[in-house]
Amino acid sequence: MVASGASAGSAVGLVRRQWSSRKSLTDHAWALIMVAPYLVVFALFVIYPVGYGFFLGSNPQSYIKLLNDPIFYRTMVNTLVFLIVAVNLKLFLALLISGFLASSAPWVRWLSFIFILPWAIPSVVTILSFRWMLNAEWGLVNNVLWDAFQVMGPAWLIDPVLAFGAVILVHIWKYLPFWTLILLAGRLAISKDLYEAASIDGAGRFQSFRFVTWPGLAKLYITSTILSIIFSVGDFNSVYLLTGGGPGDKTHVLATLGVRYAFGFGDIETGMATVIIALPLLIPFVWIMIRRMRSADK
Amino acid sequence: MTRKPPSVALTNLVIAFVILLWTLIPIYHMVVMALSPTGGTPAGQLIPSDPTLDNFALTLTEEHFLVQHFWQHLYNSAFVALSVAFLTLFISTLASFAISRLKFSLGGAVSGTALLTYLIPASFLAIPMYVTMTNYDLVETRLSLIMVMVTFATPYAIWVFVQHADSIPRELDEAARIDGASPLQLYRLVFLPLMTPAIVAIGTYALLLAWNEYLYAFLLVSQEMNMTLPVSIGYFLLSDEAPWNLLMAVGILYSIPPAIFYYAVRGYMSSGLTAGAVKA
Repeated sequence: MVASGASAGSAVGLVRRQWSSRKSLTDHAWALIMVAPYLVVFALFVIYPVGYGFFLGSNPQSYIKLLNDPIFYRTMVNTLVFLIVAVNLKLFLALLISGFLASSAPWVRWLSFIFILPWAIPSVVTILSFRWMLNAEWGLVNNVLWDAFQVMGPAWLIDPVLAFGAVILVHIWKYLPFWTLILLAGRLAISKDLYEAASIDGAGRFQSFRFVTWPGLAKLYITSTILSIIFSVGDFNSVYLLTGGGPGDKTHVLATLGVRYAFGFGDIETGMATVIIALPLLIPFVWIMIRRMRSADK
Repeated sequence: MTRKPPSVALTNLVIAFVILLWTLIPIYHMVVMALSPTGGTPAGQLIPSDPTLDNFALTLTEEHFLVQHFWQHLYNSAFVALSVAFLTLFISTLASFAISRLKFSLGGAVSGTALLTYLIPASFLAIPMYVTMTNYDLVETRLSLIMVMVTFATPYAIWVFVQHADSIPRELDEAARIDGASPLQLYRLVFLPLMTPAIVAIGTYALLLAWNEYLYAFLLVSQEMNMTLPVSIGYFLLSDEAPWNLLMAVGILYSIPPAIFYYAVRGYMSSGLTAGAVKA
């Protein structure tokens, strides 16, 4: 009895185990089929181009050529200034504006739809609009300056420093709304109870920011800064469409300089070298971001 | 909630006004220019002295050589954007289902590669991507642009979908399985319906990403009948006396679809896209 009972039990166990292993086998087969389209795209359009890119950028001559090009140094400085000034200014403004949007009346919802427009509509159009506004002779900005103050406005896009300032302005205009919404979501995720407790304890606006908002938002703010650095290194449009890298190739960033070599002069290897030389700048941020995003996955 | 004193309300109004001004000036400037006569000197005016819809009429009837293929280019942009949205959703919902619900053994590696791809600035791949498309003999086809944009949209899509999928209770899958559902049925009948908000958000993200893309569009497709609208707008700048008023009219027509689309789905966008970011 005991023996047959045991064998019956083990038979059931065996069947169950077989069934579950068959089930997990088909699950695994299905999973493989379902991931396959992604893997194909990844192999054809990420692995192959990235590998090819490193191959194209493996010629030491192109680095020597790059380092001997005075434009390259100007471009490096521009890229760093762009990252430090544009990213931080943009996120600081986003922090302020998100606070305004979080605290205000319902009509502000409408405002936030209008506010998001720069991000939603194509930058080709808006950047070209900026470009014409900043035109020294015919542009809106200098016209208004003349009509209002009888001041001759500067040639915004002809002076390299002003032109690069305009690039930063355009970049901020375009991407400020997105980061404001991200920080707004972060602010709204902070419990209202904390603010009430703070106000009962007599905290003013600044103190409630310092002791409630900032501790709840700091991690997101830093994540946003890193992510924005990574995205901003790749901002091609703000430079290319506003100044084209000019005047005198003095407003390039690495993203546009690479394209200039490769497609302006047909020197693909030097173009690729320009991109690869930027990687040491980028990799630490990517590494931090991956660690942060993966830990958020868990 | 205590009522705010009037001084706070006034400050809020001033801040709101400044934000509106900052946001709308370049857009308003587009409109003013588009409403000014085509050939006239495009002086920067605050109010168009002689407003006309000629530029829009010229564009819609294709009666200027720079806009002679306007409808074709609009069609190309729509075709590329819709294809990218569809393919991105197809590829990334399947992959995220496999990773999150079927517990695909290499799921961690797959989502890791997706994350890494997401963090490569798209413009850094412009040169090798161009060479790759030449090698695949896809340059000058809309397919090349579609595949590039799918490549850049998919990683973020997978990341967002996996996060949403992980929040769906597993009991739903188990109940369906007891009723004899296959993985494919689970995907169709349980997974996709529950993922709808995220699918709308990511679909919009992919659509706008592709519709607004300039760099890859002009690198990969410059052939007259295949190019998208932003590329044809860029070509205005090559013309000796670029008619900026006409350019702005085309630009406004090109900007309206994404603005309307974003407005229609804005409720999904903030919950769908920012949720993942806030967690990180």
